[in-house]
Amino acid sequence: MEPVRLLAPDGTLTPDPRWPLDVTPQLCRDFYRRMSLARSFDNEALALQRQGELGLWLQSLGQEASQIGSITALRADDYVFPTYREHAAALCRGITPAELLVQWRGNTHSGWDPARYHFHICTLVLAAQLPHATGYAMGVQRDGSGEIVTAYFGDGSASQGEANEAFNWAAATEVPLLFFCQNNQWAISTPSRTQMRAPLHQRAAGFGLDAHLVDGNDVLAVHAVTSAVAAQIRAGGGPALIEALTYRMAGHSTSDDPGRYRTPSELDSWTTRDPIARLESLMTARGWLDDDFRAEVEAECSDLAAQTRKVCRELPLDDVSSLFGTVLAEETPLLAQERHRHEALTASFVD
Amino acid sequence: MPVLTLSKAINTGLRRSLEDDPKVVVMGQDVGGLGGVFRVTDGLQKDFGADRVIDTPLAEASIVGTAIGLALRGYRPVCEIQFDGFVYPAFSQIVSQLAKIRARSGGKLAVPVVIRIPVGGGIGAVEHHSESNEAYFAHTAGLRVVCCSNPHDGHWMLRRALTAADPVIFYEPKRRYWTKDEVAEGPEHVLPLDRARILRPGTDLTLLTYGGMVQTCLQAAETAAAEGHDLEVIDLRSLSPLDLATIAESVDRTGRCVVAHEAPTFGGLGAEIGTSVTESCFYHLEAPVLRVGGFNTPYPPAKYEDQYLPDLDRVLDAVDRSLAW
Repeated sequence: MEPVRLLAPDGTLTPDPRWPLDVTPQLCRDFYRRMSLARSFDNEALALQRQGELGLWLQSLGQEASQIGSITALRADDYVFPTYREHAAALCRGITPAELLVQWRGNTHSGWDPARYHFHICTLVLAAQLPHATGYAMGVQRDGSGEIVTAYFGDGSASQGEANEAFNWAAATEVPLLFFCQNNQWAISTPSRTQMRAPLHQRAAGFGLDAHLVDGNDVLAVHAVTSAVAAQIRAGGGPALIEALTYRMAGHSTSDDPGRYRTPSELDSWTTRDPIARLESLMTARGWLDDDFRAEVEAECSDLAAQTRKVCRELPLDDVSSLFGTVLAEETPLLAQERHRHEALTASFVD
Repeated sequence: MPVLTLSKAINTGLRRSLEDDPKVVVMGQDVGGLGGVFRVTDGLQKDFGADRVIDTPLAEASIVGTAIGLALRGYRPVCEIQFDGFVYPAFSQIVSQLAKIRARSGGKLAVPVVIRIPVGGGIGAVEHHSESNEAYFAHTAGLRVVCCSNPHDGHWMLRRALTAADPVIFYEPKRRYWTKDEVAEGPEHVLPLDRARILRPGTDLTLLTYGGMVQTCLQAAETAAAEGHDLEVIDLRSLSPLDLATIAESVDRTGRCVVAHEAPTFGGLGAEIGTSVTESCFYHLEAPVLRVGGFNTPYPPAKYEDQYLPDLDRVLDAVDRSLAW
């Protein structure tokens, strides 16, 4: 299967009648703006980690088209289960920089109220979120609410048993669920060719999922395919899987050194397929990217970066006593005793 | 007051919960038409439909994982794990997801999933069908772990679990599934999930136990009484949190404590209870807290289980050693 592609790396647009998309200046400007903002935020978070303000950061660099093309094809009330790299998608849902950073500063294990954004907390044990999404979709199916559920995951996660259980379970129960795989080619240092022999979309079809392959660095193709597939799921067509071929242009995390396992020429080859540059080529050729708009987006990016720096340093940190209150719905006698003893011990120290 | 087997008492508990709360769903392998391998869910799918009594694929990680998803959506799933030794594929979902989602979300998310697990030996089963793995879950913050020992408790503890705000690991001693006893009716019988019960008051020694060992310990107390020793028998019921107030109050009175369970003693509940009792009751103790448990071996082939499982003699031996200290 060839990946669906509407926009070539050189910016040439080739419509595909199977995946109709009204490519307007407004649509392209919206994607350009969203992808630029996501990259600006990501760069700033990286800088904050390097300055010691964040403990860890996992960059979305290079995957903006996959995330933004897909999340904007969903309804605002479609619940989403992310991994830990979906910052670009999260920004589209209105999740704030402070909410995105607080976990990585080490102040909390999650940053936002999932009910507010219909966007679940990050799942770090990879693929564990896929059965959650399947079960959530079973609930949606029972509620008959017209929502669909989307679960993001990666090529590495696809090797987990829970991923394959979820593919099978979702297909068997015909739930309204979209599995969206960002195949970014690398699971830390393990390339996808070491993870699997059969391509994921092919495996997914074997499970009985409606499976699609898309150029994940082509925001227009991702959006067109996700829109059509989401509509089909919403209409009762059953679960589907989209494999988006993209590239993790940064390391796995700020603790990683991709220079140990991949070549500069590989990175170069993907840099020429950069999702933002590609859209920019189209917009420039069509005269949709004038200086005013470009300056406006640049200013917005600078503002977002400045805001990100500011809020990061002001992120609140609760007292250690707060840890005991969220274990169960009520603090047990054991937890109360531990908290009291710790508070008393701390209070007994003389400065 | 109906007399029911433990299996039927839990079945009616599920039935009442399905009637009381439209969000309750029963799920697991073979829980529908078959009614579960122990028939605990017998007849429920016929009366409540396949959408609420759900036959699932054979995949424990996803039974728990999808239950978490349903709970996030506002449902109240009660999953059946077919046998104790089959829960391990779901271990990551239970320990890293179910137990931690409330804390990980800063208290914003609740996942009130009940996981029913037939537990323990004594039924002559093949390997992986007779284990007592409660310590793994009791060790995990964010779970409630309970174990019933009789039909009344099984019925009412389950109904309470299905209104709790927390995830509950609900153990059912499979060798007691067919034991009959009275189940009282009426909402006043709803049991708290975190209270032990003094089954037999006594003055000479506190015998702490739960699940399948409760009957054995009550028999031990009768035998000891004939020998002039008055044992207090406590059914812990809640393994996490432990009802240390009830335990300590008893041991303070009797001065002696024996903990009996089917699980291996090393790192088991008895070890935790022994330490807690020592910390709380040190000046009242006349003897160290003693443990009686399964051997620290894998659960043996069926022909050995009568020797593996603590029986009347092993419980009484520990009682005698404590009394002779």
